[in-house]
Amino acid sequence: MEKFKKMKVSAIKNGTVIDHISAKDLFKIVEILNLEKVDNPITFGTNLESKKLGKKGVIKISDKFFLDKDLDKIAIISPKARLNFIRDYKVFGKKDLKIPNEIYGIVKCVNPKCITNFEKITQKFEVLKKDGEVALKCKYCGKITHKKNIILT
Amino acid sequence: MKNKSLVSITDFSLEEILKVLDRAKEFEKNTNQNILKNKVIATLFFEPSTRTRLSFESAINRLGGRVIGFTDPSSSSVTKGETLKDTIKTVSNYSDLIVMRHPLEGSAKYASEVSSVPIINAGDGANQHPTQTLLDLYSIRKTQGKLENLNIFFVGDLKYGRTVHSLLMAMSHFKPIFNFISPERLKIPEEYKMFLDSLKIKYFEHESFTDIISEADIIYMTRVQKERFADLIDYERTKNIYILKNEMLKNTKDNLKILHPLPRVNEIDIDLDENPKSYYFTQALNGVFTRQAIISLIMGL
Repeated sequence: MEKFKKMKVSAIKNGTVIDHISAKDLFKIVEILNLEKVDNPITFGTNLESKKLGKKGVIKISDKFFLDKDLDKIAIISPKARLNFIRDYKVFGKKDLKIPNEIYGIVKCVNPKCITNFEKITQKFEVLKKDGEVALKCKYCGKITHKKNIILT
Repeated sequence: MKNKSLVSITDFSLEEILKVLDRAKEFEKNTNQNILKNKVIATLFFEPSTRTRLSFESAINRLGGRVIGFTDPSSSSVTKGETLKDTIKTVSNYSDLIVMRHPLEGSAKYASEVSSVPIINAGDGANQHPTQTLLDLYSIRKTQGKLENLNIFFVGDLKYGRTVHSLLMAMSHFKPIFNFISPERLKIPEEYKMFLDSLKIKYFEHESFTDIISEADIIYMTRVQKERFADLIDYERTKNIYILKNEMLKNTKDNLKILHPLPRVNEIDIDLDENPKSYYFTQALNGVFTRQAIISLIMGL
């Protein structure tokens, strides 16, 4: 089974594997991590079989490790994702994502009449509905930004 | 409470809310006092609101304070493109307290973060209007003799009506039952229902007036505004459903009072004005006492 998976998306020597992304969120993750602008070799897989998720996506990035801020971004979009850190083709660490209680910056408030969309203010959100989908409550205007409406700053 | 900004009704604890109401009662008995002598209070109205501004300015003047500010942003540096941050930073140098009304939501919270003096939110877009809420609470307690276990009806624009949102949150301290009467498109927003669910407060939603109003202790009317409708035909069809008329109060409770944040357009028929159950004009008067109480407590007086 392990071998079979490796054949689908080729292994990397050093870097990070973001696994267990729900397939529908893959391209959103690519977008929020701004992978378009990354020069390192990256391989993507999507609609791969997964016992947990039905269909999953995976991203393998060579020679790159992420900051906590990036992990928060991934967690908001695809909370079940898991990070594997690879060194010399071997997993030397794993990290399950935690949805933070609060997020700063990252996301724009969905409310067009929110002050944060008019002045240079760092957005602050309280994260609601932790088990199901993520919803972000703006600490300024109180409006809720749902996952489907998330636009990054 | 001293030096604390009042941005949202949730900034005040239950204890602080009751303290405001008790203080307002004192001001009702003895309205003109000179306790704000030598104090300067700024009233910054980034959008006009004559009623709210006059109520604040009346409260300040009756306490002997001085008022600076603007009543309309077209006469201020805002038209030159000054940011809210810069306006607040500047005005907080000139005053002991800032009362502000602004069309953008969250503006008062942001102002409270950058200001060196306390901010009182006199309305930020469709978001919060906490002094209205406190005067509503004052009016409810005064007419009902209590705040606990009341059946409160909200009627009209429950989606954008910030007075409804704030009052709902404040009343949630007092084991209420809520009934919401509104057109489909102006229903109470999801975040408030989530809030009520989390506190296990009972609420019911209706699309029109029914016999159910015989159970009301308070009917809180709001304006269904034309500009909320994309379709004028839809508006014309809708607006008349939410008009309260004198004859509809026939089977209602003796203690029922009709509240309205004003201005009214046609949602309360004028034939109801003489009914002792109508309370909206006295409610507006209570606004002066309540704002006197809020200002004096925030100034530490």
